[in-house]
Amino acid sequence: MAVTAKPPRKIAGTVLRVVVLLVLGFYFILPLVAMGEFSTRGINNTRSLDSWTGIFEDPDLVDSILTSVELAVLSSVLMLVLLVPTMAWIRLRLPKLRRVVEFLCLLPLTIPAIVLVVGMAPLYAWVNYFLGDSPLTLTFVYAVLVLPFAYRAIDAGLASIDLKTLAEAARSLGASWGTVLWRIVVPNIRTALIGASLLSVALVLGEFTIASLLNFETLQVQVNLIGKRNAGLSIAVSLACLVFAFVLLFLLSYVGQRRRATVVED
Amino acid sequence: MVAPVTTSAGGGTAKAASPGRGPTRGNVLAWLVVVPFLAYVGVFLVYPTVLVLAGAFQDSNGAFTLSNLTDLMKGVYLQAFWRSIELSAITALLGAVFGALLSWAVASGKADGLLRRVVVAAAGVLAQFGGVPLAFAFLATVGFQGFVTKFLQDTFGVNLFSGSAWIFELPGLTLVYTFFQIPLMVIVFLPALDGLRPQWREASESLGGTTWTYWRHVGGPILFSPFLGALLLLFANAFSAYATAAALVSQGSPIVPLQIRGFLTGEVLLGQENLGKALGLGMVIVVGVAMGLYALIQRRVSKWQ
Repeated sequence: MAVTAKPPRKIAGTVLRVVVLLVLGFYFILPLVAMGEFSTRGINNTRSLDSWTGIFEDPDLVDSILTSVELAVLSSVLMLVLLVPTMAWIRLRLPKLRRVVEFLCLLPLTIPAIVLVVGMAPLYAWVNYFLGDSPLTLTFVYAVLVLPFAYRAIDAGLASIDLKTLAEAARSLGASWGTVLWRIVVPNIRTALIGASLLSVALVLGEFTIASLLNFETLQVQVNLIGKRNAGLSIAVSLACLVFAFVLLFLLSYVGQRRRATVVED
Repeated sequence: MVAPVTTSAGGGTAKAASPGRGPTRGNVLAWLVVVPFLAYVGVFLVYPTVLVLAGAFQDSNGAFTLSNLTDLMKGVYLQAFWRSIELSAITALLGAVFGALLSWAVASGKADGLLRRVVVAAAGVLAQFGGVPLAFAFLATVGFQGFVTKFLQDTFGVNLFSGSAWIFELPGLTLVYTFFQIPLMVIVFLPALDGLRPQWREASESLGGTTWTYWRHVGGPILFSPFLGALLLLFANAFSAYATAAALVSQGSPIVPLQIRGFLTGEVLLGQENLGKALGLGMVIVVGVAMGLYALIQRRVSKWQ
């Protein structure tokens, strides 16, 4: 910020701003510091990294991390497969359906996960009967849970390109609809797709409600379980989760920026 | 989990009807493309929702009844609803006020500045993906062995728990909920603050207005609707939150989501199987009203921006 002579009320504004940032910054950083302190406690007031190395020595925890990562990838893929062709097609050929699809995609915001899981329980009795009771079957619910976030990201991506003209140009050169989708739509909105996928990954890695109440051992369920006997370990994993999600979202803010930059170039 | 409706007003390019297509056969084929999506959402979203909503009106044999709903209106269930509403209202208010302050402090910086990037990313993490980790962050801070608890005990001899185990009750939930309510406010409110043009400030100043007149007559009125909308969204968000409370409170069910947990994990009396669904219906109604009003306000705001 440039330091120039400012009228007194601007200085007052700046002071207030700094105070707000310091106070709220302290409020939010304190728990992180506390987690760091708590997870490095040793015996008799010493420091130790046992909680952190313990993450890799607990086979159940490692399993649940792998499960959650697999779920994150599968859910993102399923979400993309479901949404991208449908949303592109609706913009091209069925604008009438747009409201309906938007409503359906945003519906999970109005149905709390804890309510959705009540209705999921009987449904999952069937899913597990047909597909076995692997935790990976959670993919089906998670693809639904990420719909609102993914819908907005992809919708913004589609709105930023002239889809109709691009599609008509490709069609007049003899491209099939599949080619239009795969070689025109997807490359043009790839930053939106990356954004939607990163959001989905973060959401799935953090999901607890549905996994725990359908009795699947995902990362968050396991963290909660471990907390009952080894608080240090749970706190270490929790801190790692928060930091990992932060890095994901921080990178995401640069993905969004690059899109803006390329639009200007074009 | 509830999330902000940020920028969806950008569309509107795909309004023209499909060019030069036959109305009958082509359209039927066109609809086929959408079938997989609709079928999937039908099975994994609409069906479970309908199951809950319909189940609220059925007894254990599937016959129509209103007794589940009348049971909601009394005793522990009614109390749980009031507590949930109280918790959501208080944390929505706290979140909205402090979140708005934080947004204001961040908004004045550079749009691509590091401070803003860090705050927005951190807010996103806490608001949308916090859940269980937040409960443990809370325990590490003010739990029985927490950092702050021990610090206060060792340095000032203050016992945080002299009164009661408040962190596992409503006051504790209120405190931990602010850790995702304030960040959510930042995410929702920042775009509204970005909408304030610096020219308005300059115009107010060139007419002799002070900071107070600017906020009283220009900034305040413009931000009122977005603030009200954000308040509703925060309310709905706290009301439907489950993970943090569930990880923190393992015994007893002070709020509605935890009551529903009780029904799913088997603490059910015979003949009351569908009471959990009635609780679900109640939650959907409360969240639905809040989100409906939010959508109305949102539409009004986007109309004249």
